[in-house]
Amino acid sequence: MPDATKGRPTRRGTGGVRLLIATRKGLWTLTGDAARRSWKLAGPHFLGHIVHHAVADPRDGRTILAAARTGHLGPTIFRSGDRGRTWREAAVPPAFAPGSGRSVDHTFWLTPGHASEAGTWYAGTSPQGLFRSTDGGATWTGVEGFNGHPQRKAWCGGDQDGTPDGAKLHSILVDPRDPKHLYIGMSSGGIFESVDGGADWRPLNAGVSANFMPDPDPEFGHDPHCVRLHPEQPDRLYHQNHCGIYRLDRPERRWLDIGAAMPKSVGAIGFPLVLHPHDPDTLWVFPMDGSDVWPRVSPGGKPAVYRSTNGGRSWQRQATGLPAAQAWWTVKRQAMTADQKPTVGVYFGTTSGELWASRDEGRTWRCLARHLPHIYAVEVG
Amino acid sequence: MTDAARGAGLAGTVPVLIPGILRSYTAGADRIDLALPVAAGEGAPTVGAVLGALDVRCPGLRFRIVDEQGRIRPHIKIFCAGDLVRDLGAPVPPGAELMLVGALSGG
Repeated sequence: MPDATKGRPTRRGTGGVRLLIATRKGLWTLTGDAARRSWKLAGPHFLGHIVHHAVADPRDGRTILAAARTGHLGPTIFRSGDRGRTWREAAVPPAFAPGSGRSVDHTFWLTPGHASEAGTWYAGTSPQGLFRSTDGGATWTGVEGFNGHPQRKAWCGGDQDGTPDGAKLHSILVDPRDPKHLYIGMSSGGIFESVDGGADWRPLNAGVSANFMPDPDPEFGHDPHCVRLHPEQPDRLYHQNHCGIYRLDRPERRWLDIGAAMPKSVGAIGFPLVLHPHDPDTLWVFPMDGSDVWPRVSPGGKPAVYRSTNGGRSWQRQATGLPAAQAWWTVKRQAMTADQKPTVGVYFGTTSGELWASRDEGRTWRCLARHLPHIYAVEVG
Repeated sequence: MTDAARGAGLAGTVPVLIPGILRSYTAGADRIDLALPVAAGEGAPTVGAVLGALDVRCPGLRFRIVDEQGRIRPHIKIFCAGDLVRDLGAPVPPGAELMLVGALSGG
């Protein structure tokens, strides 16, 4: 494999931080100064559009893609080549092959391609489909090695078998050492790996619980919520699952249950998982109540981020500045992220439209924006 | 010009009424008159053909209302001469008007 240092650039600049906040009613930006003390909210772009994900291209610093649809209209991709000042719609948005019988309900996830492949992007859809663009998001074609894989239906189940908001393909990860080495996550379906640029795939779920299945240790059919690969140590993966939190150090193929070390009163259920960009042992999760009927809100109405600095062997509660009680928050899988500063800033958005930030790696928290629509995704860009 | 054509548009054209949710594709126009060439011996154009011509004039519009399998999207209604269209193969008779509607959708 090529040298890892040729992978996606990390940006540790001294400038400000901008957040792209994708919501159920449009896209906002929140721009902070270099100290991350003063923040300015701007927007909306695409008011009334359901924006599932908006992602900036770290390769050129100018391109942003936004996955959008509306309550009435079908899915599309908007593209900006000037950091969001102007936008154009994709000429050919992600769509399944005619005759396949499948149709894209919405594009759920966007991932820039490998650093060596300028203009390449990946999109994951609901229901589960994988698409690639090689022209900066203007036109998209299906990755038929996945969409047409003879096992795809067995892996994914029917298009109705998935999360309440539709089955999803998410967490498209590109190995910074090798553009042909890809991972995807599916809710439901599990985690899958390709080493040939998407031509073929195989499940990567050993060790992951699937307590909603007749066989609690199946080969596939799991429900990973968010999978992350460390950019500086690409053999290390973490994921927040419907059934817990896991770590995998390749070439090992069996995930290690690191959610077991979470406090029993809090549990290990949640949607997002965020990595420290410079320390592969540090990560953050946002636990939610996964008991009985799955309320999916902060346990006990007391929101807290949990951080591990030792790869998940132990966890520390980080709630200073967050409400002490009666805050029944949900944070979705794309709605938590980190910046690249030497002392990392961590950010999350709630479905009740609040944007919270920590500029000291989770030790203290501050609300930066309120009264936004239901937040789907927060990305630095 | 027949009375029907006078009411609905120029003879040989199909007027398409555009709802507010799609006017970003029509530069704000609430109506697009499409001239559809009809070969000798052919019958009326289909709804699908009209939408195809509309997409040439307003690129990207069709995919927002018809999916990749040719199905009208769940919250979109298309009326032809006042009748609900369920199939893109339905004919558009001379003088008929096509009306696109964003139907009920939740909050």
